[in-house]
Amino acid sequence: MADLSVKICGVDFKNPIIPASGVFGYGHEYEELYPLSKLGGIATKGTTLNRRTGNPAPRIAETPSGMLNSVGLQNPGIDYFIEKELPYLLTKDVTILANIAGSTIEECIQVAEKLENTDVHMIELNISCPNVKQGGAAFGTSCDMAAEVTRQVRKATSKPLIVKLSPNVTSITDIAKAVEDAGADAVSLINTLLGMRIDINTGRPILRNNVGGMSGPAVFPIAVRMVWQVANAVKIPVIGMGGVSSGADAIELMMAGASAVQVGAAIFTDPFAPVKIIDEMNDFLDKKNIASVRDIIGTVQPW
Amino acid sequence: MKYTQGKYIIAEKSAIARNIYSFTISCPEIAQVAVPGQFVHIRIGSFTLRRPISICGIDPVKGTLRIVFEIRGEGTSAIADLNKGDVIDMLAPLGHGFTVNPDFKKVILIGGGIGTPPMLPLAMAYGEKAVAISGFRNASAVILQEDFAAAGAETILCTDDGSAGIHGFVTQPLEELVRNGGVDAVFACGPTPMLKRITEICRENSVYCEISLEERMACGIGACLGCACKTKRNDEEYFAHVCKDGPVFKAEEVLW
Repeated sequence: MADLSVKICGVDFKNPIIPASGVFGYGHEYEELYPLSKLGGIATKGTTLNRRTGNPAPRIAETPSGMLNSVGLQNPGIDYFIEKELPYLLTKDVTILANIAGSTIEECIQVAEKLENTDVHMIELNISCPNVKQGGAAFGTSCDMAAEVTRQVRKATSKPLIVKLSPNVTSITDIAKAVEDAGADAVSLINTLLGMRIDINTGRPILRNNVGGMSGPAVFPIAVRMVWQVANAVKIPVIGMGGVSSGADAIELMMAGASAVQVGAAIFTDPFAPVKIIDEMNDFLDKKNIASVRDIIGTVQPW
Repeated sequence: MKYTQGKYIIAEKSAIARNIYSFTISCPEIAQVAVPGQFVHIRIGSFTLRRPISICGIDPVKGTLRIVFEIRGEGTSAIADLNKGDVIDMLAPLGHGFTVNPDFKKVILIGGGIGTPPMLPLAMAYGEKAVAISGFRNASAVILQEDFAAAGAETILCTDDGSAGIHGFVTQPLEELVRNGGVDAVFACGPTPMLKRITEICRENSVYCEISLEERMACGIGACLGCACKTKRNDEEYFAHVCKDGPVFKAEEVLW
């Protein structure tokens, strides 16, 4: 039995596997299937200052080895989260990453301030949602904006601050360095890639929002490449995600430089995916006689 | 609500109309808790997304579920390629089902096309209190009429081209029945224009109505918020979710 525990920004995770924000809600639905305490962490559904209704349907489209979504940050608002969801989650012996978003810098600050007096373990600031008109990706696609929102939220919270990055940029390393300089304690990547499908019989896009975020196994090699580039460009920890669907994928992303791994679309295919990935990682490490999963982080030997 | 995920054996498979298949699946733990109107979420080979298929039969004694589905695309085509004896990966039973109220004396069940299968477990529940109106494109698309009759329901068949049963839409016999009075509830599943018209007829005649909807879906259990459906509850507009709040909704709550 290998040691699967990792520590990120001083926060302990019993293993490196974290269901990604947006796929796992606030955990209730999956708790019907397995105890949440099996997971290393949970990144909760992206939450904004006020309740958001989200985009009209269809919000989901399948793609080869993947999918598109345009949920549009439907959520009940930060007060509801703090009052109704967070206390319950904090009893579950699992590290909680509160994923937050906002249309303006001011809104991001207010959401972070509201979390200051809670026991949430970390804040994951989403500057990369492709499905909302204001904020979201607009923050994440310019170095100056990404740095500014990070700097302001940094001032508003004493919690470890993870900034979640968009892959829909020319140079993700430049953005990563900008948020590191602005005070981010860690970065997580990649959020979804902007995509589109059209129903050729109707001539209409499948998604009512026309475009949406692509995820699933098809994006995995892009995630590996971006995690590797960012891990080599910054000193802060990198949390990797993007198309991970097996223990082998998670090991690969950690070898590329990730200190922990989030799992998204794979959970739709198999709701037990995070639990299976943890077991498969352990089996791999045991087979290779590697004592700790920490020993593989960033160990890829590039040509 | 309690659901499970597992691999189950297909005990029977048959083709019951062109591109429409019936599977009987041995899954005792699901069959014991499933209720009319719920669905199963099926994993297929290399597809990222599962496919939601409504439940067409529940036999808690034999421990089986029946599903009847039409090939609509690559996913349902791959499900249709499975055979008797194969295993099928299901997350089930999911969703909020139809109301089964023992006080109802007369109910009307309406299925349009491949919306007909989820009405059958409800016919089993209501038996002789049920009138099952089914509508299809033509005679070759007609399914499940003997099953509704065996459940004790009075059956009324309609086809768009008149090649079987009444020449016309399901809404014609529905209007006659509700005008005659004594109908406690109408339950329906089928194409959106049909459901809209049924909702109007029920509203005009003050008859309680529940409809089953479909939407492109990811998780199937209410976590991802993908399958949004605009509804009105307590005078407030809200994107409910077909997988968990539905697929069955009170017709009056749905904002089309």
